[in-house]
Amino acid sequence: MIKMSNLKRFFIYLVLVIACMISVFPFLWMIVSSTNKSVDVTKGSLLPGIFFMQNLHHLLISSDLGTALFNSAKVSIITTVLAMLVASLAGYGFEIYKSKAKDLVFNFLLLSMMIPFAALMVPLFRMFASVSQTVPFMGIDTLSAVILPTITTAFLIFYFRQSTKMFPKDILEAGRMDGLSELGVFFRIYVPTMKTTYAAGAIITFMSSWNSYLWPLVVLQSPEKQTLPLLISNLGSSYSPDYGVIMTAIVIATLPAALIFFIMQKHFVAGMLGSVK
Amino acid sequence: MIPAKAVQTAQAVKIGRRLRLKNAYIGWSFIAVATIMICLFYFYPMIQAFLLSLQSGTGVNLHFIGFSNYLRLFHDPVFLTTVKNTVTYLMIQVPIMIILAMFLSVLLNNKALKLKGLFRTAIFLPCVTSLVAYSVIFKYLFAQDGIMNRMLMKLSFISQPIPWLTDPFWAKIAIIAAITWRWTGYNMIFFLSALQNIDESIYEAARIDGASSVQQFFKITIPLLKPIILFTTITSTIGTLQLFDEVMNITKGGPGNATMTISQYIYNLSFKYTPDFGYAATVSYAIVVLIIFFSIIQFRVAGDKNE
Repeated sequence: MIKMSNLKRFFIYLVLVIACMISVFPFLWMIVSSTNKSVDVTKGSLLPGIFFMQNLHHLLISSDLGTALFNSAKVSIITTVLAMLVASLAGYGFEIYKSKAKDLVFNFLLLSMMIPFAALMVPLFRMFASVSQTVPFMGIDTLSAVILPTITTAFLIFYFRQSTKMFPKDILEAGRMDGLSELGVFFRIYVPTMKTTYAAGAIITFMSSWNSYLWPLVVLQSPEKQTLPLLISNLGSSYSPDYGVIMTAIVIATLPAALIFFIMQKHFVAGMLGSVK
Repeated sequence: MIPAKAVQTAQAVKIGRRLRLKNAYIGWSFIAVATIMICLFYFYPMIQAFLLSLQSGTGVNLHFIGFSNYLRLFHDPVFLTTVKNTVTYLMIQVPIMIILAMFLSVLLNNKALKLKGLFRTAIFLPCVTSLVAYSVIFKYLFAQDGIMNRMLMKLSFISQPIPWLTDPFWAKIAIIAAITWRWTGYNMIFFLSALQNIDESIYEAARIDGASSVQQFFKITIPLLKPIILFTTITSTIGTLQLFDEVMNITKGGPGNATMTISQYIYNLSFKYTPDFGYAATVSYAIVVLIIFFSIIQFRVAGDKNE
């Protein structure tokens, strides 16, 4: 073990404490503000108040918070479940049934990671607009239109393929010997053993879906379809904002993501790092 | 007569081929859905965008005009401003953030450090906020009579409130500060995990040879972290080139167009102004070109140092 000089140690702790204060301050301010009246927030109050319930009440009357919460939950959960299924099937398929042709397809799919969403939004919007007449449940202003383009990402396929590389292949062979079909091997053996991989992938997907803004903004129009980020953005850009109420909305929108993060911190970090393995 | 053994072999080959065919078929079916979805929602739209970029008109009344949309880019002051803004964010924000993330991760990797978990979690915390939520928070923090100005004035750093969101210069600073707050911890985690994989004995050997901690940092840590530096720089660059949520919610692109990004311009061209999908698609190809351009540069720079 290295002994640090006292001065050096003091410096390290000082820098870290300042970094933590800067990181945490906006959170504290958000939580404190959600318990204060709008007037006190503008006065710069940093002390918690007693108006959280009142702010929540105002929020519930003045905006459709319940609907937005429900829509966001629906979109995020469906996206996450489908994304896990599609990406893990593909990652597994690319690795277990490896062939030259499939590797070529795989590399081609990876190219899609270079495509920015900004370049996709106009053609995607027109695609969904063009099916609006014939398949109304998949057209513009539907939650399906929000979900569909975000299910499959090359990143997740890559992530599952990387994780499959470390999977003991003998177990699969044993499953085949026992008479399981190929799909049976996947669902009965692969899925249960890869729980942590799924957990990490699911958290990453859920978070990005829960927080996504640009595509829902483009594709959703009616207020009863809006998701939480759209609601918060609307509240935030109003001309006479009620700060206490807005902060309450932000607290409610941030809470689920923060809770999931704290409960599954390890998996979350594992999922992030899965991309650079 | 054909010997029995040959018949058996022939049969075995046949069965083997059938099995292999069946396996190939099964393998393809595992990857089919994902491949179709990516083609449908990434590659097909990119082709559509290209075809669109050759057309002009409002809404659905489009006609073919060849490459004149691309020429229009160079004479479009708003487009040039948005490119300038986006590249400004990129050149200032990404280096600051990467250096900060690396610096913090080196401090946190110290074996003798106490409360490591607490520090790490606190610095990573901003990553759980949604881009919209934190943007709205920062908008209020940086308001003319917001907490930021109040604190700076109380500490006597400034005598007049800074017009964070209404001055072209300060508005950019506010946005850069916001993005740095949100993403430094995220990048730090990548550095931290890479640092944990570095063998401690390398440092011990260096110390025995009399290398100072600064020398150790520049001669050992940085070269070993190079793949992660490249990774975080490229992902941050791609992210910054697509910047939208923050600017949309903090300044709406104002004052004037002083903070507007390319993504926001595409959005405005398609959904805010009279829709000009053809030109919007052209602008979106500009982002693709910029992403490829910066990625190549970064690979080059990293590659050169390797040799």
